[in-house]
Amino acid sequence: MAREDTPLDQAVFDATLADQLAKGADKRVAEGRARSAAVRAYKAAHPEEGEAAPAPAAAAPAAPAAAAAPAAGAPAAAAAAVPAAAVAVAAPVTTPVRTAPLPTGNIPTPKKGADDKHRLLALVPPEGIQRVEREQGDRVNVWPHLLIEEFVAMLILTAGLLVFSTFLMAPLRQLANPNLTPNPSKAPWYFLGLQELLRYFHPMVAGIVIPTFILVVLAAVPYVDRNPSVKPGDRKIAISMFTVLFCFGATLTIIGCFFRGPGYNWIWPWAQGVFFDL
Amino acid sequence: MKLKPPSPSELGDRLRDTEVWKSIFRPGSIFRRGYKDTSRDRALATMNNVLYHLHPVKVKRHGLKLTYTFCLGGLSFFLFILLTITGIFLMFFYRPMADIGGAVAYADMQSIRTTVFFGDLVRNLHRWGAHLMVFSVTLHMARVFYTGAYKPPREFNWVVGVILLFLTLGLSFTGYLLPWDQLAIWAVTVGTSLGGYAPFISKQANFLLLGGVVVGPQTLLRWYVLHVLALPFVLVIFLAVHFWRIRKDGGISGPL
Repeated sequence: MAREDTPLDQAVFDATLADQLAKGADKRVAEGRARSAAVRAYKAAHPEEGEAAPAPAAAAPAAPAAAAAPAAGAPAAAAAAVPAAAVAVAAPVTTPVRTAPLPTGNIPTPKKGADDKHRLLALVPPEGIQRVEREQGDRVNVWPHLLIEEFVAMLILTAGLLVFSTFLMAPLRQLANPNLTPNPSKAPWYFLGLQELLRYFHPMVAGIVIPTFILVVLAAVPYVDRNPSVKPGDRKIAISMFTVLFCFGATLTIIGCFFRGPGYNWIWPWAQGVFFDL
Repeated sequence: MKLKPPSPSELGDRLRDTEVWKSIFRPGSIFRRGYKDTSRDRALATMNNVLYHLHPVKVKRHGLKLTYTFCLGGLSFFLFILLTITGIFLMFFYRPMADIGGAVAYADMQSIRTTVFFGDLVRNLHRWGAHLMVFSVTLHMARVFYTGAYKPPREFNWVVGVILLFLTLGLSFTGYLLPWDQLAIWAVTVGTSLGGYAPFISKQANFLLLGGVVVGPQTLLRWYVLHVLALPFVLVIFLAVHFWRIRKDGGISGPL
């Protein structure tokens, strides 16, 4: 039976469709839900029609007649369908039970001479379809354009790092001595901003609260900033906030690196020298 | 009849016609015979390459602009590879042992600098590269912010990026201890004491991290394992998710 001539309850269909659309569902989704609700309502109202299925011979002549209905006079076709339904009513009325074969525990073996192929069929509900809507846009081939650019970037980086490493030795001080604290003792440079904060705040604040806060806020950025635009002109607040925070962190780090000397006291690097190791 | 030796180009053609060569380079490879500079072959060159895991066949034109990405994400990844290679080299000559009187780790550092062939160069590359990676990952984050590349559908990839930044800091910090010199032990002592005031768990967390109450030989072994195995393992998993999400979320963001 084709989908179009599945009997359905038109009143329920209209009501559900309007309801779904009012709820803001997609038109196709709304139609699908309305159709299934209407078919269910129709089947609930006409339980006997489920019994027509076991008698395909009786139903078969009716189906072509129904399909031809739009071409011929619709009232005539409806009249033709009525006897078929009447025959079905005569059958004993039981609730229709859909049964699947009981599990046997045996793994089915293929039929002899069966094709060595298989078909996969997937039924996808309309809401399960991911629609990708984007214009083709101005696109270029990754090879050669992007790959060559990346390759050159890698070469430049490698060359620069090689030259740097040839002439600048990485520091190696005396053997570690837990009893001899160097003055000043500094954390690695990326933590020096926090060490600088330690001068102004309680260690609990500088060492725990602020770093945790920064990480959480950073991770939450896309969920807080719901402005859809990426144009700098539309994002003045976001950009200025990030810039201020970024510069704040950079300033603290630079102070910690270069402007703190023995006893972690303030120094001017051009006067007292640099107390900083990478 | 006189036999002429084949010319180099003939030899090359014959080599590229062998079954072995054709088994290595898939159709469309630029190393395969018959590669033509047509858009079909350019597409195939990407599609039939292992790089297809990273790059689609085509990208938006503005993504090529140097001033959009500054190559920062790619270079951070490249630095990670460079650090892995130099790190493996250093692992051949380094033992993370620092028991009293022994200090094998420090002695190994000295021999890397003095007796190992190219040892000092590789160590310099590893150290400067590590600092540069922290720097480039931070700048990459700033770039992503300024181009608004964290906006839907890329929100989660930004979160993965924050995790990657955190892991990069962890890798750099754990590596900082390994030379076992005054700089290393005191920087780590100061750094870990920063986190020593966490409510409820600070003592337990510090004990777990340091393998004791102060930075000592147990810390060295612990941080070595974290540095060469545990953290890189976690980082690679998040990197895979990061790269996969870039493509699933529609490639490079923008244009502005």
